[in-house]
Amino acid sequence: MFSFCTDPDTLSDLAWMACYLTTGKHLNFYYAFGTVLVLLAITAPTALAFGFAGASAARSRVLPLSLIGKGYIAIVRGVPDIAFFLFFVIALDQGLEFLKHQWVCPDWDQPIRQGNDFLVCQAAKVPLGNSPQWVHKTYSFFVAVFTFAIVFGAFAANVLYGAMRAVPRAQLETAEAYGMTHRQTFWRITVPQMWVYALPGLSNLWMVLIKSTPLLFLLGVEDIVYWARELGGTKTPRFTDYPHGDWRMWYFLVLLVFYLAFTRLSEVVLDRVMARLTLGQATTGGDAQRKAKA
Amino acid sequence: MKRLILTTAALALTASMGMAQTVRMGTEGAYPPYNFLNDKGEVDGFERELGDELCKRAALTCEWVTTDWDGIIPNLVSGNYDTIIAGMSITAERDEVIDFTQNYIPPASSAYVGASADIDVATAVVSAQAATIQAGHVAESGATLLEFATPEETVASVRNGEADAVFADKDYLAPIVEESGGALMFVGEDVQLGGGVGMGLRESDTELRTKFDAAIQSMKDDGTLNTLITKWFGEDAATF
Repeated sequence: MFSFCTDPDTLSDLAWMACYLTTGKHLNFYYAFGTVLVLLAITAPTALAFGFAGASAARSRVLPLSLIGKGYIAIVRGVPDIAFFLFFVIALDQGLEFLKHQWVCPDWDQPIRQGNDFLVCQAAKVPLGNSPQWVHKTYSFFVAVFTFAIVFGAFAANVLYGAMRAVPRAQLETAEAYGMTHRQTFWRITVPQMWVYALPGLSNLWMVLIKSTPLLFLLGVEDIVYWARELGGTKTPRFTDYPHGDWRMWYFLVLLVFYLAFTRLSEVVLDRVMARLTLGQATTGGDAQRKAKA
Repeated sequence: MKRLILTTAALALTASMGMAQTVRMGTEGAYPPYNFLNDKGEVDGFERELGDELCKRAALTCEWVTTDWDGIIPNLVSGNYDTIIAGMSITAERDEVIDFTQNYIPPASSAYVGASADIDVATAVVSAQAATIQAGHVAESGATLLEFATPEETVASVRNGEADAVFADKDYLAPIVEESGGALMFVGEDVQLGGGVGMGLRESDTELRTKFDAAIQSMKDDGTLNTLITKWFGEDAATF
């Protein structure tokens, strides 16, 4: 990156470090922090939406809908994450390609499954085999977002389902007494009041989500843990201009600081949200706030 | 006649599709000198140079993809990339699932590396990368097998004393022993395993396999392959 980096062997320690920390590989490492943060920023609301849909479905009085909701919650919560991540991604990818194959290559006469191989016509590849690398990267990123959203959505659904039931019965009865329909009661009474019961569970999920980003590499996204391991490993002079010993500890120390700082920041923000949500609620927390003011 | 025209048309079509098609080369990027990521973060090494040359000779456009070793075969058969070029030894077990080109590295020695010379590799704790022929060999040899996901970790486990020795391709271990300044050394006898290193392809992908086979053969015939092997693996490496 810097002009003096052409011959690292001759550099002083400080200049060597400056060059070492700005190699293309390190830039990829820094870039991966951005990837992780963007992934969290997209996944969290998506998972919450999945959770909300799952919980509403599970509560539905229409039997098939409630079975779908309850089935989603039970199945995804029951399958180990790693198995789900390994299986689901390949299955999702193949499912997409299969559907696209039916659409774009209706005249294809060869079987799609040949032994172990999964074969669709070239035009049905998702993404196309000749698309540039960034398309492949973006695709696997969104597959990752979707997979995370499904998994964490199931947990969120369970939390929200419980939270909806925790809204005091008296509140709902009052709404009914005013002549509100089921739909009105749900949107005007249950949903605004449930968050205070849901937040402790949801904040737990958020913390778990932050720490589960290393699973990204299973999904073909190079995350910070992958790069830390790759960069920290022993490097011999033959294959790099910057040979060094086993530095994985230092890289993982950086990750430790990053994750700790990030979870601490999350805690602070979540505490504020909790205080805001508690305001005026018929809970011990809301009661305490009222008394403190008075 | 009509049939003939149809076939020709189909051939022309597949040929033109073949031109547009990009061959995605799957590798691990963590096994120098076979394949590794250089300082710029690009795939580099013997297989990068070999693969680019093969693609040039076969008139293919190639793109490099890195993937986890554990998922390298499942991702190939489900079509996420088209070849595996990752120092993969040709074995009967793998041949049942995927197909191989002819080997581009002759059957090479695997070796044990330990921190002291008096290790008995038949009874010691030996580390190897999971799902490799070396791991299979250690399991059968009676030694205690310690498996790791990446080659780097297998060597690190010897350095930190977790394992007594590491068992891997000698070509991978040689530069490590050389650079270690006497801390690591070869122990025990070298072992011959597998049928050499080849490119892995889907069993249904015979057309692509024929192309790469021909390209490898042409590199063997004009001696460029041997030059490449000597360049990356040193004068002592086995050549064709």
